[in-house]
Amino acid sequence: MDFEAIKQILISQFGESIGSEEKGPQPILTAPADRIADICRFLFEDERLYFDYLPCITAIDNGPAVATMELIYHLISIPYGHALTIKIVFPRNTAEQPLPSVSTVSHIWRTADWHEREAFDLMGIHFENHPDLRRILLPEDWEGHPLRKDYSAQEKYHGIHVRYAHD
Amino acid sequence: MSERIKTGDGGIILTNAEDLMNWARLSSLWPMGFGLACCAIEMMATYASHYDLERFGIMPRPSPRQSDVMIVAGTVTFKMADRIRRLYEQMPEPRYVISMGSCSNCGGPYWEHGYHVVKGVDRIIPVDVYVPGCPPRPEALIGGFMKLQEKIRGEHPLAPELFLEMEQKAEAV
Repeated sequence: MDFEAIKQILISQFGESIGSEEKGPQPILTAPADRIADICRFLFEDERLYFDYLPCITAIDNGPAVATMELIYHLISIPYGHALTIKIVFPRNTAEQPLPSVSTVSHIWRTADWHEREAFDLMGIHFENHPDLRRILLPEDWEGHPLRKDYSAQEKYHGIHVRYAHD
Repeated sequence: MSERIKTGDGGIILTNAEDLMNWARLSSLWPMGFGLACCAIEMMATYASHYDLERFGIMPRPSPRQSDVMIVAGTVTFKMADRIRRLYEQMPEPRYVISMGSCSNCGGPYWEHGYHVVKGVDRIIPVDVYVPGCPPRPEALIGGFMKLQEKIRGEHPLAPELFLEMEQKAEAV
């Protein structure tokens, strides 16, 4: 099944809120951030689509000037052999605000558990109803989320200077 | 020599206790068997048959309690830093540290943007020998061990520290 057919199925199910970006080398479906769990549930359960494999979740920080973040879900259906890339855009938080929150998909694909923990650890995206949202790579008591555009490393960690040059 | 018949009752070596101790210690340096990154691959190659560290009496030990020297072979992350410090503290004295490769010497390629890397293992534990390279070849690691042996050869484990100190004070007066 090609991209256009998948898009039409989703539009008939979820209405005109489903868009697409087809200029790049890989067509991307865009979806409203608050519907992502419903859309993923449908993509997983529909007999024509049956996306049973989530290889990757990409998180993007567009920086404080643009003030948005993105999550890109890469999906593959192993029995049908078709693939889909679906993107959501949502507002970014400032230093005082709580982390941006997106619904988890870990109840649909177990693998999303660790993908989402990585996005939380490095990008600072909170996943609602995630069963175990802890840091996955960095130490538990690390400060900040290093892949954010405006990240600057803390001065010291457990008494060790973090930066190369220090006073 | 070859004409001499071994009777088992001849042969005397004259030395002093300090030299004998130093010789014994530098001839059986037991490193702790652990590695952190790609340097560890070179370290393993140095242990293996081609380079054969065993001929120097260097044999990896599975416990810090039995180790004389710690080879920090690889990138030291902040997550690992606490563990390294603890392992070092568990080693009995006298203990030595060889910092192997650019990462553990000074942060290496991570010196500027590696928020997660300790910029030199000497920020956590004292280092005796630095082996440069990324990663260092086995010859370089052997060179590091020979430098360490040189250092041990010049040590004074039996020196009467307190007496020397008193003597120094007396001279000052």
